[in-house]
Amino acid sequence: MAEPPAEKTAVETVAESVINKNFKVPELIGEINVPRVEDGYRRKGVTSAIKPHMAKPAVQAKVGFPETLVDNWEEAAVKRLGELLEKYKSLQVYLDICVRCGSCTDKCQFFIGSNDPNNMPVARAELLRRVYKKYFTTEGKIFGKLAGAHRLDLNLLSDWYAYFHQCSQCRRCSVFCPYGIDTAEISMAAREIMDSIGIGQKYVNEILGKVHEIGNNLGMNPKALAATLESTEEDIEEEDGVPVKLPLDQEGADVLLVTPSADFFASPHIESLIGYAKVFHQAGISWTLSTAASEAGNFGMFIGSYTQLEKVAARVRNAIGELKPKRLVVGECGHAWRVAYSFWNTLIGPFDTLDPRYPAPQHIVEFTLDLVRRGAIKLDKSANDEFTVTFHDSCNVARGSRMGDRPGGQFTMPRELIKASCNKYVDMDPSTTMEKTFCCGGGGGLLTDEILEIRVAGAMPRMQALHAVMESDGVNFMALICAICKAQFTKVLPKYGIPMTVAGGVHQLVGRAIELGAKE
Amino acid sequence: MSFEFEGKTYETDDDGYLLDLDSWNREVAGHIAEMEGVEMTDAHWEVVDFLRNYYQEYSIAPAIKILIKEMKKMFGPDKGNSAYLYNLYPAGPALQACKIAGLPKPTGCV
Repeated sequence: MAEPPAEKTAVETVAESVINKNFKVPELIGEINVPRVEDGYRRKGVTSAIKPHMAKPAVQAKVGFPETLVDNWEEAAVKRLGELLEKYKSLQVYLDICVRCGSCTDKCQFFIGSNDPNNMPVARAELLRRVYKKYFTTEGKIFGKLAGAHRLDLNLLSDWYAYFHQCSQCRRCSVFCPYGIDTAEISMAAREIMDSIGIGQKYVNEILGKVHEIGNNLGMNPKALAATLESTEEDIEEEDGVPVKLPLDQEGADVLLVTPSADFFASPHIESLIGYAKVFHQAGISWTLSTAASEAGNFGMFIGSYTQLEKVAARVRNAIGELKPKRLVVGECGHAWRVAYSFWNTLIGPFDTLDPRYPAPQHIVEFTLDLVRRGAIKLDKSANDEFTVTFHDSCNVARGSRMGDRPGGQFTMPRELIKASCNKYVDMDPSTTMEKTFCCGGGGGLLTDEILEIRVAGAMPRMQALHAVMESDGVNFMALICAICKAQFTKVLPKYGIPMTVAGGVHQLVGRAIELGAKE
Repeated sequence: MSFEFEGKTYETDDDGYLLDLDSWNREVAGHIAEMEGVEMTDAHWEVVDFLRNYYQEYSIAPAIKILIKEMKKMFGPDKGNSAYLYNLYPAGPALQACKIAGLPKPTGCV
């Protein structure tokens, strides 16, 4: 007789997922279609089985989290929530003040793309809010379920693991919330609580381990990095006949450039790296990359871990100490720029060894645009005449940071730089750009293939808006300033029947347009 | 995760990438390719062999641009381009060819 199947452990229940390789790609119908409520309710829970791989014990150990689900996990989770409420008053406010007005419901790309109402931001937040009510509010303690309170049981934990990994922490919903509730912060808190009880996500935690061990998300060691940079120098010289350098660990260089490691590896990312190098070369400003700080990305933010955030950022402080640059510039990376702009000063500042005449940190777009405005570099727009260009605002740049010294600089400056690099530019539907931009569908630690189904669904609103300008204006290049956006779109565009070459970097355009050689 | 092949168990990560680089051989590579729906030809092996050699030296797969360049140097422009590589490995030369070559899955924003 066959043995009866062993009962699933709690961890197996939480991790249990379905990978559907033949999922249906949403149809592009000419407008961003908001699901009807009744259709939505029929679909409640349809994406509950789409979950990322869980981190193995060895991965958890490397980042200092419990290796597996701790025995008293419910109690431990409630305790951790209590600590977070003490530490982040904003979290308690967000959990207290929602009035169920419904403004956020149709604003999330994952709800629009999946039609699963659990992906409405209010419903997502409710997964945590129910537990908050149960243990931290008087009405929840007295009236229980009547007051919307619920204990964190295994079913709810499973839903946490699914739906807090179907949020890219892009904060689009918060733009439309009359109270400014930041669901990203709620999702970060939920992930932090899960990590603290031993439930970690493999993609993010494995990468954090690589940063601590090797220095970057890719796990590219110094020898491989040096070889890649050397090879890229050869490519540029062969193509343009100019010896543009990609210096590494040059002490005393004026600028330290910290960029996502994907720029050293993936396509089209590497084309932007070439663009940065040409800008530095032609402006005659000495610069360097750093092996210690060979990663701008900081996945500590995705899991809400201040400890990890700080530990990853510390590598940049060390590189500044080592290489003694005068300026600190950040390459094309969305969440990295949010971390750099909003957190670096607190985490690793003050930057009192840097030249105070320049912003610290400075975005590469600000850096290059300043040179263009001053005429220190010249761009030949006709070099990009084969392209009609549009720009996708990255969520973390649009809603989590700024550029330049004027409000909205994060919207106007990339556009000004793109327009200086090409002759044909059009914007997408204004309900999908600037502060209302949709996430690419792969941000916030979702850029992993086992949840491709939700990534493709989440990309739908952007695909819709892109497709519209492709039809109306012949757009064939969507310029990006984020490594995640670049990787996500390269993967997702073909699913929607759009060539992957439509996705590229802003500095890819700059690199093609820049006039190299002796200045007039 | 793991799979069986010719009486031997091969441990893999959650996505089917071999955990032990040294457990790889051409037969098991052929088997992984079959599971991926890729029929290995000499052209496919050229890519896999390059990836393994590069990995042995640098402990990481090459950037796509380097792969393309080196293929071009070794086999000419017909083979040194992105379209050719995607034609051989439709799921992406980095991901699919690395899997067949027994290398770990590239991580990060790639």
